[in-house]
Amino acid sequence: MEIKDLIEKLETEFALPAETLKAETDFREIPEWGSMHALIIIAVVDTEFGVSLNGEDLRKASTLNDLYTIVKSKQN
Amino acid sequence: MNTPVSIKSISCHLPEKQVTNADLVKEFPFLTEATILKKTGILKRHVRNAEINEIGSDLGYHAAEKLFATNSGLREKIDFILFCTQGLDHKGPATACVLQERLKLGKKCGAIDIPMGCTGFVNGLGVAKGLLATRQASNILLVTAEIASSVIHPKDHELRMLFGDAGAATWIASDDESAMIGEFIHGSDGSGAPNLFVHSGATRQPVSQEWLDLHKEADGMLQGKLSMNGMEIFLFALRTVPGMIDELLKKSGMTMDDIQHFVFHQPNLFLLNTLRKKLAIPEDRFIISLENTGNTVSCTIPIALEEAKKNNTFKKGDRILLAAFGIGYSWSATIITIN
Repeated sequence: MEIKDLIEKLETEFALPAETLKAETDFREIPEWGSMHALIIIAVVDTEFGVSLNGEDLRKASTLNDLYTIVKSKQN
Repeated sequence: MNTPVSIKSISCHLPEKQVTNADLVKEFPFLTEATILKKTGILKRHVRNAEINEIGSDLGYHAAEKLFATNSGLREKIDFILFCTQGLDHKGPATACVLQERLKLGKKCGAIDIPMGCTGFVNGLGVAKGLLATRQASNILLVTAEIASSVIHPKDHELRMLFGDAGAATWIASDDESAMIGEFIHGSDGSGAPNLFVHSGATRQPVSQEWLDLHKEADGMLQGKLSMNGMEIFLFALRTVPGMIDELLKKSGMTMDDIQHFVFHQPNLFLLNTLRKKLAIPEDRFIISLENTGNTVSCTIPIALEEAKKNNTFKKGDRILLAAFGIGYSWSATIITIN
């Protein structure tokens, strides 16, 4: 899995146009960010990449790259 | 050898009053009908009539009367009633006893309350199977009835979007002619209690003057107030349900391919779809039934089963996996086979 896979999946789930999100995007700045978005991230990472994130993982991350790093470390 | 036990018939009853997404938007103008539907998968929910204090056992009573009306001679046959709700009538006596009298069941009828929540229906099937298999009863009436709306703060738009009230009555008997009940898996983890919790209104936290003052604008929230940590509940379901299903299949000597239909507790569409994807269950084998009723706690599974039966979804020989999970935390699952 590469970061672009994660970004593409999240763009689809958030119904955002392609290439809206970048590795350096702070995901809390996604338009209308809310608790539902956090759940969507957890769901996408779980169902697409087989990694279970928790609330603490999300709190530690701010950019999508941070998130990707956490997912990769949990995959290994 | 185990005595065969099967679900013979289910009837449901919904209170008359309905809350549509349009009604919620009127009260909460920052919401739209489209976002509510997208977030929850729910179009409307039925709620109790609070003005006449319509409660769980009222909904359960009507569901049971409907069951008796469609199964002639059943009332006289029932020799055990199980009443499952998170909204019991009294601290004493058990509501199951109150219903024995109200439903005019015989005096040789055993009666037990099961105050579980989302897991209640499958818990009830487990208790019923135990009673029937050990010949303590031969025809059981399992009534599930829920009035979550009575503990939801009127200004809590998140919970009001999700929950609905309902009653369901299920006839379970010792025979192998209908929907045979198979193996069970049960579990609980009370460390999750704070994440889905009714504050005040019971023994540990009785309603105090301070509580009444705090909730003056909501008529005092006399029955207590439900709070939910959605993220924690979501994580709990994702980490628990797949393992429970795996264990149940192993115990039953089956694989996912042996199951024709999956009927889960119906908390909201997003969680259901996430679980479905995680478990790689094809959409046509996964029953969704919350659009017109919402999350009705212990009634979601019987409502889904009754609806699927009406739509002729089940064929002879089909196996249906029932998975319930929620407040407690608690979880229970079983497999039924249509004979």
